[in-house]
Amino acid sequence: MSREDELKYTTEHEWIEAADSVATVGITSYAAGKLGDVVYVDLPAVGTVVEAGRVIGEIESTKSVGELYAPVSGTITEVNDAVVDSPELVNSDPLGEGWLVKVEYVELPSLLELAEYTAFTAES
Amino acid sequence: MTIDSVLPAPSPAVGQGTRHPTYGPSAFGRRHIGPDGVEQRRMLSAVGYRSIDELLGAAVPAGIQVGEIDSVIPPAATESEAIAELRALASRNTVRRSMIGLGYHDTITPAVIKRNVLENPSWYTAYTPYQPEISQGRLEALLNFQTMVADLTGLSTANASMLDESTAVVEGMLLARRASKSASPRFVVDSDALPQSAALLAHRAQAVGIELITVDLAREPLPGGDFFGVLIQYPGASGAVWDPSAVIAAAKEAGAVVVVAADLLALTLLTSPGELGADVAVGTSQRFGVPMGFGGPHAGYMAVRAGLERQLPGRLVGVSQDAAGQPAYRLSLQAREQHIRREKATSNICTAQVLLAVMAGMYAVYHGPDGLRWIAQTVHAAARATADELSAAGFEVLTRHFFDTFQVRVDDSDATIARLRGYGILLRRVDETTVGVALDEVSSADPMISSMLAHAFTHDAGAAFGMHGYGAPTREIEPASLRRTSSYLTHPIFNTHHSETGMMRYLKYLADLDYALDRGMIPLGSCTMKLNAATEMEAVSWPEFARIHPFAPAEDVQGYLALIGQLESWLAEVTGYDAVSLQPNAGSQGELAGLLAIRGFHLANGDAQRLVCLIPSSAHGTNAASAVLAGMKVVVVACDELGNVDLDDLHAKIAAHADDLAALMITYPSTHGVYEHEVRAITEAVHDAGGQVYVDGANLNALLGFARFGDFGGDVSHLNLHKTFCIPHGGGGPGVGPVAAKAHLAPFLPGHAQSQRGADEFTGGPVSAAPFGSPSILPISWAYVRMMGADGLREATGAAVLAANYVAVRLSEHYPVLYKGDNGLVAHECILDLRPLTAATGVSVDDVAKRLIDYGFHAPTMSFPVPGTLMVEPTESEDLAEIDRFIDAMVAIKLEADGVAAGEWPLEDNPLRNAPHTAQAIAVDEWAHPYSRELAVYPGAVSSDASVRTMRIRGKYWPPVRRIDQAYGDRNLVCSCPPPEAFA
Repeated sequence: MSREDELKYTTEHEWIEAADSVATVGITSYAAGKLGDVVYVDLPAVGTVVEAGRVIGEIESTKSVGELYAPVSGTITEVNDAVVDSPELVNSDPLGEGWLVKVEYVELPSLLELAEYTAFTAES
Repeated sequence: MTIDSVLPAPSPAVGQGTRHPTYGPSAFGRRHIGPDGVEQRRMLSAVGYRSIDELLGAAVPAGIQVGEIDSVIPPAATESEAIAELRALASRNTVRRSMIGLGYHDTITPAVIKRNVLENPSWYTAYTPYQPEISQGRLEALLNFQTMVADLTGLSTANASMLDESTAVVEGMLLARRASKSASPRFVVDSDALPQSAALLAHRAQAVGIELITVDLAREPLPGGDFFGVLIQYPGASGAVWDPSAVIAAAKEAGAVVVVAADLLALTLLTSPGELGADVAVGTSQRFGVPMGFGGPHAGYMAVRAGLERQLPGRLVGVSQDAAGQPAYRLSLQAREQHIRREKATSNICTAQVLLAVMAGMYAVYHGPDGLRWIAQTVHAAARATADELSAAGFEVLTRHFFDTFQVRVDDSDATIARLRGYGILLRRVDETTVGVALDEVSSADPMISSMLAHAFTHDAGAAFGMHGYGAPTREIEPASLRRTSSYLTHPIFNTHHSETGMMRYLKYLADLDYALDRGMIPLGSCTMKLNAATEMEAVSWPEFARIHPFAPAEDVQGYLALIGQLESWLAEVTGYDAVSLQPNAGSQGELAGLLAIRGFHLANGDAQRLVCLIPSSAHGTNAASAVLAGMKVVVVACDELGNVDLDDLHAKIAAHADDLAALMITYPSTHGVYEHEVRAITEAVHDAGGQVYVDGANLNALLGFARFGDFGGDVSHLNLHKTFCIPHGGGGPGVGPVAAKAHLAPFLPGHAQSQRGADEFTGGPVSAAPFGSPSILPISWAYVRMMGADGLREATGAAVLAANYVAVRLSEHYPVLYKGDNGLVAHECILDLRPLTAATGVSVDDVAKRLIDYGFHAPTMSFPVPGTLMVEPTESEDLAEIDRFIDAMVAIKLEADGVAAGEWPLEDNPLRNAPHTAQAIAVDEWAHPYSRELAVYPGAVSSDASVRTMRIRGKYWPPVRRIDQAYGDRNLVCSCPPPEAFA
């Protein structure tokens, strides 16, 4: 199974890798491609309590400013400082080094499987 | 408007239109419109029509075509007649020594800047620097401005100017709200803020649910409870200088963002806002060599501390690098521009005041830090001496510490003001027994000013006028704790060009880097880069228009009021509206004023719930941003595949919002450059549901004389005088965005407490700092209408539509024209669809746009309103030869792209991808590209006429830098002058 298959997705073009009550969150390759050259990433502070569906950060490219939504309610336990320093990581490795935040959660909402997400992007 | 619109004494031509037929030798119309009759016939035959009337009759839907109207616009005047009439109007304004202050101060525009910037088409006819490779000169000039503002305010990053001080204050408030962690809706305002800023804040805060709390911050503590921000005026409107650092610290401790409105000249002597702890500084750069102009235009400013850069509204110039790795300037963070963010916008500021920011920045370059400090010390010394003399004469000076402005107790303010007026001096009336006195660069240059003031105040007819000067500026500003110790303007650029020769050459150097209308066509769709005629520009710098304070008494501005009244009545007529306000100082502000008028109308009718603003998906993004700032909720209406409003979706959205529909905003002709056939059905549907119709006037150049917004259902519109009515773009401002409305909305149009029209003024809240916005550039539009007459305006429209259709027809076999209206015709612009070309060859819109530079053109509008396309607007002013040159260039570029597709050149190494080519790029020993150097740099030098070929080679425009890397600059944000080593 490829990494893409293992991840869960949202309709806000985010991927989630959930393990041991911690969700690692990033944006999908599709979203990174649509955004173009990412130039700036604004992420919440560690310790911030976030609510699923609320805006928690910003991803700015030369074309647009996209909002980062919390895919799950919980507490930010880690943010990717490497991506803050080098926003181009979002383009070069969106599913790996380009991860954005880790959220400690109690319960995961229902998320999309790869096939569902792929179908969703095909529609939009 | 009820103001008396008396025409000046008619010149001999008035009423004798036949004496000056449009194409007569002295008629202005034939100078303004590029193609002559013979050329127009050639263009018509290419398009397939016999006459312009026939063409427009086929293009403009029959249902909206206007019939004969009995025009209030006088028959066309010649250029010399128009100048004579302007002289007559100017003579009805009286220039007195303004000591009113309140953010407007007389200033000496260095003649080298006036002649080489303000009066130089290389600067004033340029467009916003969206094509940075051909805009390096004004981008450097703006970087100078940003560096100057950042240095003086002691903050890390300044933007490339704001519309005026009061809108900058409003933007400061909005920035504070989004940057503050506090969720409170409350914003604290210094009671010593400029009255015009306080008025603007009140109007704008109400629309977006912000609650203002006014506090005398110099004396009272901050209010209890939460608030998200604070505004401090420094020095205050009264002139008072006090140390706000404790207030700032307390406010920040409470989680608020602190905005300081500061006087830039005072900051050469006073501790900067940044050093005092402020997060944001705002204000105006007017007194840095930009005439008061009865209120504008001038460049406002905004600067922020580190960490808030990405919150800055408006335009921000930054440093990036070009394809050769050389430093190069361009607009930063364009993705954050509000029109890109649409309904997510947090501001509707799009444009800046580039020409005026360039002037202010150059004032600092010319004077340098020592010169500015000397000017400030002189102003301060004159103010101190004047206050001392008044004290000695027995008057109570109420302001303890001040820079240039203080208040004086008198028995009767009105009597004092009237008496001083007799001496040619204007004072500020504070209340019945208090007047304000403000010194400036001009008054302080008069060594007799202090004794003259004291003499005028005492009004002892028998007393001798003590002829003594106030001496050298030796005393330092008080309080001592606020004396500035930090340095500023240390960059070499502010310490080099202090001789006039040096300055002249620096300005010439920068101008030569840029491409403006004085070099060739700027076919930017939706921007209407038409002629800005020299005669139209003539009156702008006349003292009777330039040296007038915006709050001067009505008796002193009769010429201005007459000109404004006439222009308002002319604009109302050509748009089919009943009332026009010229106050908005940009198109975006006109939009906001119009939407606020709609909001006011619904509120007055008890329809507070009407908040939904329908906006077609094709609309300019500023529409949505303005709606948000007017407190409305944006609902997007779909467009069909032809680019028109989808009527089914419109009806569905109207039905869904039957109770809360406020307005529809629609652009006509549409942003797609076509006359939408169903516009009447659209406006009627909105009216039937109780909504108001806002018609965006951005494309009025395709309509004047043929149809009127008010006739086909518009309730309110803004116009862009910097498009249709010839005010030059100035490299990205100034603009003027009048708002025009039907009678039922007129009571809600922007008014102003200090308007010289008094009770005759509109009664809505203000949207600009000054009552008439930017009046000193209104003579430009006045002269245009006066010299064209109603017939000439109609002919200009016809010529513009003909030119666009000619381009569309000639280029359609090479590039598909995306949208067309009735009879396959476009309006005044056409969208060339490059997506098939990109799909087939890999050549992008960017490649084509940058390659056009090698051909000697400014690119058309890129990827607006449709990504992957170019929108071309030739305007009526381009000669046929220039239009043909553009068409030839586009055809040649298509062939180059075909060459890439055919494998002649690799996709990553061809004349398009490597464009633009600099001289430096070809001056190399080893030329490593698979095409010739000649093809690289002289692709457009083809003509059957040898003399034309020679001219194109010798007169070629050489871009100074290669293609600029946008992402690099946005990732490494640098927004002040780079050190000289950067260019090593």
